[in-house]
Amino acid sequence: MARFLIARLSGVVLILLLVCLFTFGVFFVLSPDPAVQICGKNCTPELIERIRTNLGLDEPLLAQFFSFLGGLFAGRTYGVGESATHCAAPCLGYSFQSSQPVWDMIMDRLPVTATLAVGAAVLWLLAGVAGGLLGALREGTWWDRGAMVVALSGISVPNYVFALVLQYVLVVELEWLPFPGTVTFAEDPGGWFQNYLMPWIVLAFAYASVYARLTRANVIDTLSENYVRTARAKGLPRHQVIRRHALRPALTPIATVFGMDFAGLLGGALITETVFGLNGVGKMTADSISRNDQPVIMGVTLLAAFFVVVGNVVIDLLYTALDPRVRVNSA
Amino acid sequence: MAALPTQPAAAQESAPPSGAGGAPPPPRRGVLRALGRDPGAVLSAAYILLVVAMAVFAPLIVRMSGWGPYEFDQTAVNPDLGGVPFGGWGGAGGEHWFGVEPGSGRDIFARIVYGARVSMLIALAATALTTLLGVVFGLLAGFFGGKVDWVISRVMDFLMAFPALIFMIAILSALPAGNRAVLLVVVISLFGWPYLARIVRGQTMSLARREFVEAARASGAGRATIVFREILPNLRSTIIVMTTLAVPGYIGTEAGLSFLGVGVVPPTPSWGQMIASSVSWYSVVPTYFAIPGAFLFLLVLSFTVLGDRLRAVLDPQGVR
Repeated sequence: MARFLIARLSGVVLILLLVCLFTFGVFFVLSPDPAVQICGKNCTPELIERIRTNLGLDEPLLAQFFSFLGGLFAGRTYGVGESATHCAAPCLGYSFQSSQPVWDMIMDRLPVTATLAVGAAVLWLLAGVAGGLLGALREGTWWDRGAMVVALSGISVPNYVFALVLQYVLVVELEWLPFPGTVTFAEDPGGWFQNYLMPWIVLAFAYASVYARLTRANVIDTLSENYVRTARAKGLPRHQVIRRHALRPALTPIATVFGMDFAGLLGGALITETVFGLNGVGKMTADSISRNDQPVIMGVTLLAAFFVVVGNVVIDLLYTALDPRVRVNSA
Repeated sequence: MAALPTQPAAAQESAPPSGAGGAPPPPRRGVLRALGRDPGAVLSAAYILLVVAMAVFAPLIVRMSGWGPYEFDQTAVNPDLGGVPFGGWGGAGGEHWFGVEPGSGRDIFARIVYGARVSMLIALAATALTTLLGVVFGLLAGFFGGKVDWVISRVMDFLMAFPALIFMIAILSALPAGNRAVLLVVVISLFGWPYLARIVRGQTMSLARREFVEAARASGAGRATIVFREILPNLRSTIIVMTTLAVPGYIGTEAGLSFLGVGVVPPTPSWGQMIASSVSWYSVVPTYFAIPGAFLFLLVLSFTVLGDRLRAVLDPQGVR
């Protein structure tokens, strides 16, 4: 087990390093000169030169990459003498637009994204697994078909289209919900819930649909296994067969997929937050895209990759606990 | 990876079809006949053909409807109300079949027709490139094994461990705006090919050990002959199914990226971008987002249904 852990963790470090290299490459090698962009409209060649020296852009690429890495882990100092600013670790640089440290900007907005992500995850797990079970246990009935038609639409509808439809129907036509605004939980729990309800549903719908299809297929598969037949043959009631023998092997793959999806949620949050005007990391990224604020995009990219890579390891470790069949031999 | 949820949908659910180890693929004519008896598949195929026809004959269709995609019709919008189209349903009627864009007064029908061009072209080109890369690298890894396999597998792990949507955005926003359509195709394919390659690799490995491959090798066939004459034909149904299931993901991704403003640049119309510009008008002119939204939804749905049905026909054991 220890060896497995070490091998896995060194793999993670390698992938994270590659992610850093890749991100660095995209933003510092491929993209147009950042110094020109920071400089803005009232720009002189001297100013560009100064920015370049301050940011270390005149150094060779390899040296730049190492100071970028160093900034991530130990912090770094930009510029020399009077104008020097220290950027504490993890240093992701400063926004071109607001000059704030990118790390602080992300941390400020992370709670909103986390609220959105956790709420949506609860919703999609419940709805997805329930829908899938309904389909599998009533296979071939109208329940099954209904659930699968809903799931198929959920997979096919782009979430921004669904968001607009939902908002139009619930807010404009039926007036069941107020226009989305910014309400904190402490101010008004009811309003907070109403505020997040549509974003949760929109983010959850597509995932719930995938999970419903996956759960249905897995449960139907397990129900045809020999050991389930044995359990039935020895006279166990149907609900016991399902609960004790069929659910666990059918749902473990869902756990894996869930971990990966949850870690990768930043991508989905991007669109949902933009449409509903939630001021989270996703909306910040979308705004940065339209303003071409590259340090912010880069910071979010690194963070998202970090979540996904770490999420994958956690899932791998959890998986061995959930499914005894794949436990690694310590030999 | 969970970029746009449509993409994992296609990737997760197409667990390696069991075709390679089982019976030979059914003859082509049987497949078409089986699909022809399935109303869902027929309707999906019909809609896809309609969109393809729209894309191909866009200039002709637009000449018939009377308005081009870049023409501004200021007489169709009401300047006193901030550019809301005259008449109900977003100004739809005999003059503008689907109404006009609020503000600019551009004809929505014409932009839908030309948007189909962009969506289909990018999605199909991305699919072609992904398929090429996926099949080539999957075959290489599966057939040669050893070091080649190790390198290709690590690259695939690496690409699949990425939050693809965020990275696509990062790359597209960092690159100077050149030919966006080509960039989109390259970026989508870069993150798309491992999903096909992984499955092709697995099937190639099991096929390479089969008796008929051994027989070919024993009778003196070269490597190229074995790969192209013995293994590739047996991968046909897998590739067809995976490809069909990948197209909706790419359509959704292109629309999503254009929606976020890193895809196709205005004034070139794209469905995702039309929806993006309709966001600020959704409560006043609902048809503005509903029309491109419906076209996009139906296109993704059709490809998904067709892919599902194709899989059911080509690979009966893989479907539950």
